[in-house]
Amino acid sequence: MSERKLRILVGKPGLDGHDRGAKIIARAFRDAGFEVIYTGLHQTPDQIVSAAIQEDVDCIGLSILSGAHNTLLPKVCDLLKEKKAEEIVVFCGGVIPEDDIPGLKAAGIREVFTPGASTDQIVAWVKSTIAPL
Amino acid sequence: MSLYERILAGDIRAAARLMRNIDDNLPSSRSDLQELFPHTGGAFLIGVTGPPGAGKSTLVDQITAAYRKRGKRVGVVAIDPTSPFTGGAILGDRIRMNRHADDEGVFIRSLATRGHMGGLSRSTADVANVMDAMGMDVVIIETVGVGQDEVDIVRLAHTTLVVMVPGMGDDIQAIKAGILEIGDLFVVNKADRDGADRTARELSMMLEMNKYAEGAWRPPVLKTEAQRNVGVDELVESMENHRQWLVNSGEINLLLKEKNAALFQTLLKERLFAEVYGRIEEDGRFGEILDGMLSRRQDPYSAVEQILAERLKS
Repeated sequence: MSERKLRILVGKPGLDGHDRGAKIIARAFRDAGFEVIYTGLHQTPDQIVSAAIQEDVDCIGLSILSGAHNTLLPKVCDLLKEKKAEEIVVFCGGVIPEDDIPGLKAAGIREVFTPGASTDQIVAWVKSTIAPL
Repeated sequence: MSLYERILAGDIRAAARLMRNIDDNLPSSRSDLQELFPHTGGAFLIGVTGPPGAGKSTLVDQITAAYRKRGKRVGVVAIDPTSPFTGGAILGDRIRMNRHADDEGVFIRSLATRGHMGGLSRSTADVANVMDAMGMDVVIIETVGVGQDEVDIVRLAHTTLVVMVPGMGDDIQAIKAGILEIGDLFVVNKADRDGADRTARELSMMLEMNKYAEGAWRPPVLKTEAQRNVGVDELVESMENHRQWLVNSGEINLLLKEKNAALFQTLLKERLFAEVYGRIEEDGRFGEILDGMLSRRQDPYSAVEQILAERLKS
């Protein structure tokens, strides 16, 4: 009778105002049956992590186009660890140079999607990656 | 340690997980709720309803800030609709409130309706109870805001706020049953827009036509600009007045009785249905009844009577 509903937070850390990608991702997850908590633009890592914890999400998807990914994204992972919530899967999408990807992954970002990745691909990756409750 | 013990010890993650268990209807959530129930009843529950785009979330954000200034801990339950086609939902009320995300005195939870009607999710009352047990002084519940039948909120909140905007149809809209009857306070938000005074006046006139007994609460009509935080302090003052009136007039007892009755009835309905339906679905009776109805050998009325008679005997 009871079935676990998957929940994901989609947000944009930092200062760039381009939220079209984030909205498309949010929509794709909604269509895949997820409950999507959309926090919108200009979020600090603190706000993202607190929201993720209060909403008890399985996964955080961050869209970032400002170039500040090397600063902001590891901060999110660090805060999750600090709050003992590191089982929440974090991935990101945006314009991210190839050379930065290994560093982001080492910091705890589980996957980096760059331009050209399809929404189907991203949804499938999330479904196969998040741990069952 | 079980979830309820961790929640009473102030563990935020435990509270968030129990809310999810409640939403997913896990049987274990009921035993946690059992244990938390004695710790509830302290919070002031405020319902906020009104049409989409009226500014409910922005107003909730400002009310939250106003109560924080008064040193109160605030819980927010914000409900958005679930897609009937995919079962997914976009919960976007947080966008307007997320400045409070890293304030430890605020806990915000977004819920999807998951097919439930009436403006709330099935889980709303229980999630509000968890926030109450967490020690929130105020719990604000924002309804979906799509229909004219969002009346469930009055059976849950102590004080219900109806948010309107200028220029929303003529006064007949307001005479239609529902919206005018559920508000303890009426707010004309976006009051800087043309027609705000007129909308407020029309609302007041409609409300004056109601018959009030001696000493009854007369719902005030207030004007706010939530975006610029104009009129919010007055609004909070007015909500507190209503709360005081509930206590002074003794009306609170009636309200709590109704509230408790609603909680109990909902629970009983849900459990009875799950119990009876679960049984006949499993043992194949439900399939037989459907086949019977298709060929008109069986009517649904006597089938229900029969199932009930059997279940009540056992």
